[in-house]
Amino acid sequence: MHPAFSVVFFTTATGAGYGLLALLGVLGPLGFIAPDFWPGFVGMGLALGLITAGLLSSTGHLGRPERAWRAFSQWRSSWLSREGVASVATFIPAGLFGIGWIFLGRLDGWVAATGVLATVGAMATVCMTGMIYASLKPIAQWHSPYTLPGYLIFSAMSGSVLVNALLQGFALGSTIPLAASVLLTLLGWGWKLATWRYNDQLEIQTNANTATGLAGGTVRSLEWPHTEENYLLKEMGFRIARKHSAKLRRVTQALAFGLPILLLIAAFALPWPFAAVSSALAAIVQFAGMLVERWLFFAEAKHTVMLYYGR
Amino acid sequence: MTCLPNRGGKKLGLVIDLDTCVGCQACVTACKEWNAGGHMAPLTDIDPYGGHADGVWFNRVHSYEHITEMGGRTVNFPRSCLHCETPACVTVCPTGASYKRASDGIVLIDEDKCIGCKLCSWACPYGAREFDTDVGVMKKCTLCVDRIYNDNLAEGDRVPACVAACPTSARHFGDLGDPQSPVSQLVAERGGVDLMPELGYRPTNKYLPPRAHTQRAASVAAPALEPVRAEGDFLGWVDRMLSS
Repeated sequence: MHPAFSVVFFTTATGAGYGLLALLGVLGPLGFIAPDFWPGFVGMGLALGLITAGLLSSTGHLGRPERAWRAFSQWRSSWLSREGVASVATFIPAGLFGIGWIFLGRLDGWVAATGVLATVGAMATVCMTGMIYASLKPIAQWHSPYTLPGYLIFSAMSGSVLVNALLQGFALGSTIPLAASVLLTLLGWGWKLATWRYNDQLEIQTNANTATGLAGGTVRSLEWPHTEENYLLKEMGFRIARKHSAKLRRVTQALAFGLPILLLIAAFALPWPFAAVSSALAAIVQFAGMLVERWLFFAEAKHTVMLYYGR
Repeated sequence: MTCLPNRGGKKLGLVIDLDTCVGCQACVTACKEWNAGGHMAPLTDIDPYGGHADGVWFNRVHSYEHITEMGGRTVNFPRSCLHCETPACVTVCPTGASYKRASDGIVLIDEDKCIGCKLCSWACPYGAREFDTDVGVMKKCTLCVDRIYNDNLAEGDRVPACVAACPTSARHFGDLGDPQSPVSQLVAERGGVDLMPELGYRPTNKYLPPRAHTQRAASVAAPALEPVRAEGDFLGWVDRMLSS
């Protein structure tokens, strides 16, 4: 599948943003963070900024972005529509939670309730995003039991690393968020390795025989219907050489998981402000790594239509 | 509404005979010609006379080599929308632009509602949908909905343009929901198949596999002729005379 940058950035940014929002929505009311102006302003600003930037980026993928409002109508059948509805609905409790925290300086009572609602909305939206891909039968690498948990795990992972960076930045860092971000990054690493292993051993039932209805023997593409690339080949026929795939998997592991873990472990040992710098670097490096991971998620996915082209 | 309709029995579709298709591309050009001015018009061509021609087509004909124990053969394979009974391209649509008609099962796109998110083309395993970069919306086969119900055409012409154009009658149009219809009878008689049945989209269009080799003729070229024996009988004498 063609990795359109608007979609790669969209899922990565909203994943991190919703992860951060979900954690702030519960950590604030639980008393982990004091209802101070600046942590609230920066934390909620970052979460809603990432979400908004991601959602705006996703409209860049549309042929007719001015009609995007229509996408809220088909929530009964379409995961994409459900994602749209959930993402907009989540802005309501998230906005109220931000106002309560930042301007009213409180994280109890109704503000706590909106925080929990924002957490629920954020998790639901990430699930919808995951289901858009997990529900697509023609793409075996996506229509897999690893896709939906993957989106949730990577969202929680990016969110926890951002929460840790936020707390460290305001000299509010402690062992629990730091340890949680290390553990979630390890979980993300393990999940990604397991996903790649699953995809590499995938036995796909659909082949050139079932695609053409020609039973038995071998079916080899002799001639394509067109001499130039068409929409199908550009959108669904994106290929990267095997050696690049292996290299990019190593880059993903280094940037999204390995390096952030080292930086977070360093933050354990370093005094403030070095721990804060190390934590912020971990978040930035991980975001870059997740962009590569998401690029590969598309580039390595193979659509059944390519069977017609003998690819 | 992109939820699938509760439908009656009528399932309009095509039956494509892979035995008689000669890969002449007449259906491809007839489709393009009709639909460039039809329901889903325009069928944009980008740089049609330049070095990088690109554009929207509803019907594309591939050629395959099918080799079995019985020998090998070339199979020409027209590929277009199969108007599935459970089309994921419809249910994934976030705007309601994609829909399946309750009355006859034809899958269509309302171009005025399409936002061009391309998700329907990802959901179609058959590559039946092509994005029009010029207009910014998705395009697909309409089963010539503007021909088959068109009272301005002579009754015999009320078939999809691809069917009307086919010089070998490899394409048949009819109601596959009616077991007594000629197309259903043809599918039953020839063992028509679904494409990618394992994915569960339940395509309406059926493909008739090429007929089995008859065994009446040699499946490989005969061995080279023996050289003429130069000695003996009349032909030997002719050969000697001509060779000298």
